[in-house]
Amino acid sequence: MKAGVGAPGRAQIPERTFRTDGWRVYPLTTGAILIFFILYATVRIFMNQWYWAPEEHYLTPLYSPCLSTSCVPGSSHFGQPMGEIPAFLPMAFITFVILAGFRGTCYYYRKAGYRSLFMAPAACAVPEPHKKYTGESKFPLVILNAHRYFFYGALVFACINIYDAVLSFHGKDGGIGMGVGTVIILINVAMLLAYTLSCHACRHIVGGRLKNFSKHPLRYRYWTFVSKLNVRHGQFAMISLVTVILTDAYIMAVAAGWITDLRIFN
Amino acid sequence: MVQVQVERFAYDVVVIGAGGAGLRAAIEARQQGKRTAIVTKSLFGKAHTVMAEGGCAASMGNVNAKDNWEVHFRDTMRGGKFLNNWRMAELHAKEAPDRVWELETYGALFDRTKDGRISQRNFGGHTYPRLAHVGDRTGLEMIRTMQQKIVSLQQEDFEEHGDYEAMLKVFPECTITELIKDGDRISGAFAYWRDSGKFLLFETPAIVLATGGIGKSFKVTSNSWEYTGDGHALALRAGATLINMEFVQFHPTGMVWPPSVKGILVTEGVRGDGGVLKNSTGERFMFGYIPDVFKGQYAETEKEADAWYKDQDNNRRTPDLLPRDEVARAINSEVKAGRGSPHGGVFLDIASRLPADEIRRRLPSMYHQFKELADVDITSQPMEVGPTCHYVMGGVEVDPDTASSVVPGLFAAGEVAGGMHGSNRLGGNSLSDLIVFGRRAGLGAVSYLDGLAERPTISESDVDDAANRAVAPFDWPTEGQAENPYTIHAELQQSMNDLVGIIRKEEEVQQALDKLVELKERARFVAVEGRREFNPGWHLSLDLRNMLLVSECVAKAALMRTESRGGHTRDDFPGMDAQWRNTLLVCSSDERGTHAEVAAKPQEPMREDLLELFELSELEKYYTDEELTQHSGRAGQ
Amino acid sequence: MSYKGNFKVWRGDDTSGGLEDFVVEVNEGEVVLDIIHRLQATQAPDLAVRWNCKAGKCGSCSAEINGMPRLLCMTRMSVFTEQETITVTPLRTFPVVRDLVTDVSYNYQKAREVPSFTPPENLGLGEYRMKQRDVERSQEFRKCIECFLCQNTCHVIRDHEENKESFSGPRFLMRIAELEMHPLDTEDRTRDAQDEHGLGYCNITKCCTEVCPEHIKITDNALIPMKERVADRKYDPIVWLGNQLFRRGSHNKH
Ligand SMILES: Cc1cc2nc3c(=O)[nH]c(=O)nc-3n(C[C@H](O)[C@H](O)[C@H](O)COP(=O)(O)OP(=O)(O)OC[C@H]3O[C@@H](n4cnc5c(N)ncnc54)[C@H](O)[C@@H]3O)c2cc1C
Ligand code: SF4
Ligand code: SF4
Ligand code: FES
Ligand code: FES
Repeated sequence: MKAGVGAPGRAQIPERTFRTDGWRVYPLTTGAILIFFILYATVRIFMNQWYWAPEEHYLTPLYSPCLSTSCVPGSSHFGQPMGEIPAFLPMAFITFVILAGFRGTCYYYRKAGYRSLFMAPAACAVPEPHKKYTGESKFPLVILNAHRYFFYGALVFACINIYDAVLSFHGKDGGIGMGVGTVIILINVAMLLAYTLSCHACRHIVGGRLKNFSKHPLRYRYWTFVSKLNVRHGQFAMISLVTVILTDAYIMAVAAGWITDLRIFN
Repeated sequence: MVQVQVERFAYDVVVIGAGGAGLRAAIEARQQGKRTAIVTKSLFGKAHTVMAEGGCAASMGNVNAKDNWEVHFRDTMRGGKFLNNWRMAELHAKEAPDRVWELETYGALFDRTKDGRISQRNFGGHTYPRLAHVGDRTGLEMIRTMQQKIVSLQQEDFEEHGDYEAMLKVFPECTITELIKDGDRISGAFAYWRDSGKFLLFETPAIVLATGGIGKSFKVTSNSWEYTGDGHALALRAGATLINMEFVQFHPTGMVWPPSVKGILVTEGVRGDGGVLKNSTGERFMFGYIPDVFKGQYAETEKEADAWYKDQDNNRRTPDLLPRDEVARAINSEVKAGRGSPHGGVFLDIASRLPADEIRRRLPSMYHQFKELADVDITSQPMEVGPTCHYVMGGVEVDPDTASSVVPGLFAAGEVAGGMHGSNRLGGNSLSDLIVFGRRAGLGAVSYLDGLAERPTISESDVDDAANRAVAPFDWPTEGQAENPYTIHAELQQSMNDLVGIIRKEEEVQQALDKLVELKERARFVAVEGRREFNPGWHLSLDLRNMLLVSECVAKAALMRTESRGGHTRDDFPGMDAQWRNTLLVCSSDERGTHAEVAAKPQEPMREDLLELFELSELEKYYTDEELTQHSGRAGQ
Repeated sequence: MSYKGNFKVWRGDDTSGGLEDFVVEVNEGEVVLDIIHRLQATQAPDLAVRWNCKAGKCGSCSAEINGMPRLLCMTRMSVFTEQETITVTPLRTFPVVRDLVTDVSYNYQKAREVPSFTPPENLGLGEYRMKQRDVERSQEFRKCIECFLCQNTCHVIRDHEENKESFSGPRFLMRIAELEMHPLDTEDRTRDAQDEHGLGYCNITKCCTEVCPEHIKITDNALIPMKERVADRKYDPIVWLGNQLFRRGSHNKH
């Protein structure tokens, strides 16, 4: 070994690592979850169906908002300004770009991805396999600095998700009602909100960028609040990923008629 | 005779030591335009000062506006039992606030008061909350701040000269083994690099000693390996004198368990912030140990003591915050009387006095230290603590204003200098001492240089001598048995700890002196294996000579002073004796440092206006009648 | 409560070296540094190790224990089983001097390249006013004991010697963050963080945070906020436009 830990002058130790703990667990499990999500989302996004449960008024977050004339009736909560979407494009491509972009540029997912998918590094003090490394200093990875724009987008989408959640309190007889799906949607929205608000870009924007908190007491309060959430950003990232998949899968199953939604009332 | 290569460097000022005192001295010398070197045994920024926890005393009056230099001066003199060099105590009290504020301009971030000023905390012996602090890592903040100030000066030099080290260079992991003189004046210093074992020579007319203390001669100590008394020994061998060496401070609260961490400090800040000492019966025993000289100044009931934390104007402070010597002796007595904790200490309880969050916020490193080293959660369990060797009040005898020793060109500041703290140092007075007298030592060296007609020179034979002495441990004795430096060190520590420790007796100190004679003899045969590259056995062999010499001073002075005062407690002379108050014990040695001698000398009487700062009734507890005839209280009678 | 523990300690210098086996006594409550000291006193008097305080305060005793960068003096023996063989090596990112001692001068070089605290000109001694909540962020970073474990762990230089030139490492990127968050500092180092100190190399994989013995949240509280500040300055056209329109100058001093 000539490079890295084998570079001239350093202690000459042939072993890559002496770590005896379970350092492989994190990259393996995280990698598996990430790959599963990528596969699932890709498949789902090209299905172009079963995203709206018309009776229960459940809209899956993966297709929300549905803005084109291709959308099934009822699923377009904000009209259909987009016209027809060509068949080769997934009709939820805007949603997909924003959500995937938000997560893809998220500081936590970056860490998770670099560690598990790129092994840069797989675990601390374990040599990485790459010959050269410039990190996020050069194109294309320097683009990750645009994360805040995805955050703004995600914030808009979070509001839309809240609206969708309100609509999911739709009773079968037209009035107010609630099913298991509603609960799932609510939990998902809560997790999405926690994930979005705990974002590092958010933390920076609400107050982190200031030099003097004491001159901006209100922003200091926001910052303190976001900072508290931010400590658990990684957890929210993973939990919300799982809740999104579960919510989507549930709504898909209801929409496809594989299961019937259990109603709590009406 | 060895053939040696010696790298040579010429500087205007060489500062030995990169602790608070050394860094401050170097900053000053460089700012006055002198080419300055800083030499340190460890890496830059690791000096012992990083370990200081509680705070830095300065009467800024941010928390209690009644505080001022006079109150600080009085507290310092009382703490030292009036044996202090009063001029140093005066300068210290007057200049400390400016020096602390100066640190802010270097970038220090102390904890703040509500109105945005530097917050100050209570500490033993200080009348008002006075210690500027950062949680419990004040020393780290100070050393980092000055380290970064030095970097910023180097950046300025880079702008001007294209070389960061043009005016100010740090020599890390470099140990000075000898000072070299030209006639009676300083002309240089001899050193080795710890990593390569290679030698260097500093040609310099002015040296500032800032090497810290001597605690590594004792077994149970809060001090790090650096504290081998190098500066003390270098000064002695260069012909300078040490004073007050019998006064060694045993900090009342060191960790006692597990054994491998025994001695590590538990900051006084724990008590300053509300922690109390209890014995095994749960009693807050300090109420029973308020000595006569402090009667009336401390709370006599738990209720009053507790009220004091909130309202200091109408209550007296808790006796848990008596000066350190008192608390250390009290703990010692409790343990001896069988009321100690399971591992031979007493309990220090903060868990029942503050909410867990608050403890973690105010004392983060203590929380951390107990959690990681002893498996004790201080937010729910009491700590076990006992006395640990912490600080040496004694040191190089210096001129208060210039920090100059009796040897021209040799200056000393910080723990290695003596006098300022008298027989006992108040907590927090060391960090302020470092910056006040560090700066003064820098200035002293500068004005010495400015008054110097020609640069002193170094004779080659002195350099060869120094080199030969440095490599001597590699020569295995031709006859007799080679000695292991680690063994001798361990025996020295045990003997000093047991026989010249917190409580002393004539026979025991005498025994220690006998042991020292034996160890000194054996130390001549110390031999080490291996090469000169980073060889800890060799390093220890060289440090050992210093420890032995300095220990001899401590023991001899301890034997001579037949009274108990501050950091010197004689079981056979338990009382304080006014006749001894203004007597200094002065230690000196021969050029090779083979033998130390101690002689008594009177101290200069306190300037009248300073004496007037005290009530006559208080002075009467310490002074002889003759000494007080000038006091206005008397004169009026 | 004492037992014989098995150790492998790397010994050597910059030309050669290898692991040496030792069997040493281990007592209750001891830390790895105690064991190294016992080795020195009994079996290997010239075994080189750097340490000072033995209390986790000075950051001298950094090494790698069972492959993890740690402080020797803060790693208790009780975290290992009695049967376990404990491997102690020097830091593997810096040149080795001897045995467990490495040459960490890279760090001091990088420290010099960060523009220092620049005080406001109009304030004299004792006139600084800062609120606790304004200094708290920087205070967290000032807990740093400069053990350089984070520097050692960071794969940017650990695995890529050539990046040492352009990357200052988490410790000094954090130093920049500390100064940028200092309420009274007047210098602007944001662009430099990216262009001169290699903030972009950091891929926020958090190993620095994982090994920091002071538990400083280096990545979350220093590096990511700095990345966001850099984005403000270099990659965010809206913020740029805002600054132009509202003439905020080049710096966010409000
Ligand atoms: C655990 C602990 C907590 C403390 N808490 C407080 C507190 O809260 N408040 C307070 O006021 N005081 C406190 N003190 C005391 C105070 O920290 C020290 O007295 C003070 O830091 C000494 O500073 P110094 O500048 O004299 O020397 P140090 O900081 O000890 O520096 C000595 C320097 O000299 C160098 N040196 C020594 N010998 C040689 C040689 N032969 N060649 C080259 N270099 C050499 C060393 O490498 C080192 O750089 C505490 C002490 C300890 C141990
Ligand atoms: S988070 Fe960044 S600086 Fe820290 S170890 Fe990872 S790459 Fe290095
Ligand atoms: S940030 Fe933490 S790990 Fe890095 S040098 Fe500082 S204390 Fe060590
Ligand atoms: S969403 Fe993870 S950091 Fe912004
Ligand atoms: S010796 Fe100081 S941190 Fe370990």
